[in-house]
Amino acid sequence: MKKYWNILYNGIIPGNPVFVLLLGMCATLGTTSSAHNGMMMGIATAAVLICSNVVISMAKSVVPDKVRIPAFIVIIASFVTMLQLAVNAWLPSLNASLGIFIPLIVVNCVLLGRAEAFASKNGIFASFLDGFGTGLGFTIALILLGGVREILGTGKIFGAEIFPEDYGMLLFILAPGAFIALGYLIAIVNKIRKTC
Amino acid sequence: MLTYISIIITAIFINNIVFSQFLGICPFLGVSKKTSSALGMGAAVTFVIMIATVVAWLLQMYVLNPLGLQFLQTIVFILVIAFLVQLLEIIMKKTVPSLYQALGVFLPLITTNCAVLGVAILVIQKGFNLMEAVTYGFATSLGFTLALWIFAGIREQLELMPLPRAMKGVPIALICAGILAMAFMGFSGIKIQ
Repeated sequence: MKKYWNILYNGIIPGNPVFVLLLGMCATLGTTSSAHNGMMMGIATAAVLICSNVVISMAKSVVPDKVRIPAFIVIIASFVTMLQLAVNAWLPSLNASLGIFIPLIVVNCVLLGRAEAFASKNGIFASFLDGFGTGLGFTIALILLGGVREILGTGKIFGAEIFPEDYGMLLFILAPGAFIALGYLIAIVNKIRKTC
Repeated sequence: MLTYISIIITAIFINNIVFSQFLGICPFLGVSKKTSSALGMGAAVTFVIMIATVVAWLLQMYVLNPLGLQFLQTIVFILVIAFLVQLLEIIMKKTVPSLYQALGVFLPLITTNCAVLGVAILVIQKGFNLMEAVTYGFATSLGFTLALWIFAGIREQLELMPLPRAMKGVPIALICAGILAMAFMGFSGIKIQ
């Protein structure tokens, strides 16, 4: 039980994909103009990550070692295609706001990283938990960054007003704000990790 | 002619792939510690983007569209890119081993560089013809190389700065990238008729 809890916990805090491993930066920066967008992107990525982790863990004994990376990429790409079709059909507004970043989940280093580092060596249930934990860590990071940018940029969080929009700094919604906010967030996380 | 000039200026400055579209951030942060390896990386990415764009465009127009298999786009494109990167790796190992050493793990990682897949998909989404697609791919990779090169220059200086420990490395690099992105926002006023 303890072992499983550790696997789950590892992806959320000590091995957080965004703040600690610095993976999946493109999606992190590109989709966090608001907390809601960040959350949706996090959930989409987590869904693909869980599915691909489970399938790769099942397929690990069948796939020859030499072609494992292309095989993993094809498995991930299949799930991304399914996600793309599902989002197109049921959530067209999400499709419009995330745009090109949905097909680009394929090249999110977090997915291939977990496949190679964890799912190709561990059992199905452990891989499921790892995917769930890492996906949750990714989602939390995206909500945090999206929230900070949304508050500073528009004075709202998840659309609920905190202070009038006129006092917001538009910069944080635009591209430069993404880099700056993420830089400071990582610095804060570094500071906390070093002291405790 | 004007469309091509417009595509080039837009892709390099106004909609720079790193600073305004957030594609290719991983190599942007990973290989930007020295200007020389930044230029090498830029050249390798340019090569892959150019060929990948052409092959992906041809596949989309002459295979996927006629057969009604558009939904396979993501899988087909990523396989094409993976194949090209493998090819590039073999060529570089034989011809420029020093650069091959310098790029290290980031060379196979071009496969998972979102700039490559991003450009291939964007070119289809924007409905470009082959010539426009090639121009766009070339200009985008020039923009990527430019961003990487400027940033590497800044980071070489940053290494010498006394910084708080928590800010060292990636955090300060990201903040510098933010300030650079602000500078690039200045180009967004340019209008090409």
